Amino acid sequence: MSIAAVARTRILPLALGTGTFVAAILAVEALIRIGAINRFIVPLPSQIAMAFERVIVEEDIAERFRLTFFEALAAGAMITAVGVSLGLLLFRINVLRQATETWVAAMASAPTVLMYPLFLVIFGRSAWTIIMMGFVAGLPPVILKTIEGLAGTRRVLINVGRSFKLSGAQLFIKILFPAALPTIFVGIRLGLIFTLINVVGVEFLINFGGLGQLINDLAERYDLPGTYAAICFVILVSVCFFVLTEWVERWLRPVD
Amino acid sequence: MAEAGRLNLRTAPNVGTKLRATIRAEPVTAVRAAIIVFVLLAWEAIAQSGLLYRDVVPSLLAIGAAIVKLLSAPDYYWHLWVTAGEVGTGLAVGGLSGLVAGLLLGGNRVLSKSFEPYLYYLGPTPKIIFFPVMIMWFGVGPGSKIAMGAISCFFPIALSTAAGMRQIDKVLIRVGRSFRANVWQMATKIYLPAMRHPIVNGVRLGLGVAIIGTLLAETKLSNRGVGFLIIQAYSLFDMPRMYAMLIVLFVVAIGANALVGRLGGLSTIRQR
Repeated sequence: MSIAAVARTRILPLALGTGTFVAAILAVEALIRIGAINRFIVPLPSQIAMAFERVIVEEDIAERFRLTFFEALAAGAMITAVGVSLGLLLFRINVLRQATETWVAAMASAPTVLMYPLFLVIFGRSAWTIIMMGFVAGLPPVILKTIEGLAGTRRVLINVGRSFKLSGAQLFIKILFPAALPTIFVGIRLGLIFTLINVVGVEFLINFGGLGQLINDLAERYDLPGTYAAICFVILVSVCFFVLTEWVERWLRPVD
Repeated sequence: MAEAGRLNLRTAPNVGTKLRATIRAEPVTAVRAAIIVFVLLAWEAIAQSGLLYRDVVPSLLAIGAAIVKLLSAPDYYWHLWVTAGEVGTGLAVGGLSGLVAGLLLGGNRVLSKSFEPYLYYLGPTPKIIFFPVMIMWFGVGPGSKIAMGAISCFFPIALSTAAGMRQIDKVLIRVGRSFRANVWQMATKIYLPAMRHPIVNGVRLGLGVAIIGTLLAETKLSNRGVGFLIIQAYSLFDMPRMYAMLIVLFVVAIGANALVGRLGGLSTIRQR
């Protein structure tokens, strides 16, 4: 690829995107300074940038991040263990799969997060409510993608396994599971994204836990730059998480 | 008694045969029915046993009565309309801006490469964290809930529209241009009909997240709407009413989703 082509296809879009983003921030800063935007509603971007240090140091963001991370990790471990097991069960028992697959799909699109008051009653205002909400939200994609991955295993691979007279367990461990792993991971990744969204969301709603609670706390204290900085931090964490899982998914994807 | 016993003896094998025939013919339906019956029986058994905290698992009868009471209360429909209005307005604002953004990004490669990554990575962030900002901007009334619905549905609709725009068959575009169609004609005769499937899918996804965004905002800070009623039932520990509202809400949400799919002709598109 020539230098001009690289500039046209990569550098220009990157410069345009970043430039527009920076220009928008500068414009907001200018509009607030001249009084066109009320600074008691939208804080100065420079104040938000300064608030980052305060939020990190004074609000013990490392501890809050650790809390949110472990809640998401616990829910993630549960959706992986339960989701893959249920997916395997439904794959093995065809009639059960036919009977329940549409229900699982409906559950994936249902507004399950609205059940959080119910979970509050059952588990109390504790980390378990947050973990279980994350679990419920992240489970359906893992089940659906596990079934899809196992059902999509190429017939020739299964026949090769059978020609070697592999037992059922061996066929699963040596053929089915490795072949389905990339698709299963897509499901786990989707599940983890739903889990993280729900964990942070429920933390915010019930004012308990890590990063979600931090935003609620700062908003209730009317610390506007701090609130905006905390929101930016959560966005940064979820983007990093999204990029990381995307990278692992690409690494697991078989080469065509 | 003896007569009744004889009757039962005579009819029982017929019923059993019919049931067995049904199970053989419709094993999937039979399994579904068995699961539903098992879940309902297990629920009732737990409710009667008192194993869990009292009232956390109310009896099915109490939930049924609460559903009837809820659906016969005119007050509930007022709250439902408030929520429906907020979701509808949020979907209109977020959906239209998402559609425009998607058309711009899908129609221009440079714009797509410049700005689509922002949408792609911002899409999966938890939108409820923007609620304090929305309260500052639009107040504690319906405005902040509409805004939550709008930002929730903007991302799936914009990304779906952009992807749909890129997938349009180039031949269709060339046909339109060869007929010297103007921009409006190209949009209404070529682009939008060819993108119907991804747009409808985007709207379905958008509707789901708009409902969630609006209702969560209502549970956090509101004095009207279904979200407010749910959190009020939690505060009063009125569990049958909470279950009733969640059941009705799930039915309404799934029904609205199916309706959008049907109105958008998703089934006819799939059949082709």
